[in-house]
Amino acid sequence: MKFVDEYRDPEAARGYAEALAKLVARPWTIMEICGGQTHAIVKFGVDALLPEQVTLVHGPGCPVCVTPVELIEKALNIAAIPNVIFCSFGDMLRVPAGSRDLFSVKSEGGDVRIVYSPMDALKIALENPGREVVFFAVGFETTAPANAMAAYQARRQGIANFSMLVSHVLVPPAMEVILSSPSNRVQGFLAAGHVCTVMGYSEYEAISRKYNVPVVVTGFEPLDILQGIHMVVLQLEEGRAEVENQYSRAVQREGNTAAQKLIREVFRVVPRKWRGVGEIANSGLGLVDEYSAFDAERKFGLEEHRVEESPDCISGLVLQGVKKPAECPAFAGACTPEHPLGATMVSNEGACAAYYRYRRFDSEGSAGIRSGANTDER
Amino acid sequence: MCLAIPGKVLSIDEKDPLLRKARVEFGGAVREISLAYVPEAEVGDYVLVHVGFAINKIDEEEANEVFEYLRRMEELSELESGESR
Repeated sequence: MKFVDEYRDPEAARGYAEALAKLVARPWTIMEICGGQTHAIVKFGVDALLPEQVTLVHGPGCPVCVTPVELIEKALNIAAIPNVIFCSFGDMLRVPAGSRDLFSVKSEGGDVRIVYSPMDALKIALENPGREVVFFAVGFETTAPANAMAAYQARRQGIANFSMLVSHVLVPPAMEVILSSPSNRVQGFLAAGHVCTVMGYSEYEAISRKYNVPVVVTGFEPLDILQGIHMVVLQLEEGRAEVENQYSRAVQREGNTAAQKLIREVFRVVPRKWRGVGEIANSGLGLVDEYSAFDAERKFGLEEHRVEESPDCISGLVLQGVKKPAECPAFAGACTPEHPLGATMVSNEGACAAYYRYRRFDSEGSAGIRSGANTDER
Repeated sequence: MCLAIPGKVLSIDEKDPLLRKARVEFGGAVREISLAYVPEAEVGDYVLVHVGFAINKIDEEEANEVFEYLRRMEELSELESGESR
């Protein structure tokens, strides 16, 4: 596929590995924000190409993982209502709240449907005027334009049987939580390319200045990630802390202004609870008052529903880059993708699920991975 | 979740600007997607698509930057090792 395959070229990847080995003089810890990048790093073994001084830790950028348990419970409650058609992206169906998930609601007779786009849910609402159609609007900034358009079109066309259970999260406030934590070990960031395609990257300039931390907007293919790491390490070695853009084929500084305009029309910035992390101020999007008729929490009277999270799982520390998956006593034992205990094991983009899937149990278990790679990676 | 895939615009349906749609090819598979946020996209362009919406055009001039950067680094490194000799 054009604009995909060429960025997986092994020879260029080796070139980057050599360039990094020549460049690095001191140990550095770099976090990739986005779960899509985590998945690519583990799948393609990008971390095994890095010099041992460079440690990658995995960030909180998986919306499936960080959706709080109480929102999952709200989804389960709404999906179980007889007249409701509950629509969701596929990866939310296996996210557990207690012993249940959306699949179990479906198997008990709930009408739970997987959609590719929120516009598909809107279409289902048009085709089923006698039913309530609820879309689980989960995502980071990347997904906000699509979800905003669904709400906008529902209001414009007066589709009163459509509503959204909104759990939108924003990247920059989560980065600030990580950077201001006393246990922070992150010295440079790979910012999430597609979030920046939508929002641009001017927001990161203030963060980079305030915390004196390099931020490189980075794509998702192995060569993108290797170049992004090289750019961060170059800044660290030279004592610079700036925002740079590796992913210039898809990101401009101002972002997609047409998308931002509709996001502002439909959503406002709200405090949001992150699974495993807790509430972060100004870290989410909720519907503005003009769109409250499309707010499923309001429609189904679930606004006051609150749930405390289980303390058994260390996924919050994994999400913040403080711990690696294999450091959890439950990893690959009590907690597997089939029976996930915590957020990061649930989604393909969660760090624990990626490590499990690509067999990063320990240094012996990582078949095909260079043995000299950082043992902290396992 | 933030996966976005590059595809080639095959044709465009112009009617309502907010509902502007295109048929886009992804390595052989064709899907109808919304061009509401990338109104400047034309037939033959590559667009980056996320959950049914184009979110940007691929800038073909910038597409080789990942290889150009590596070339510059390798040249720099050769230059430095030449100087140290």
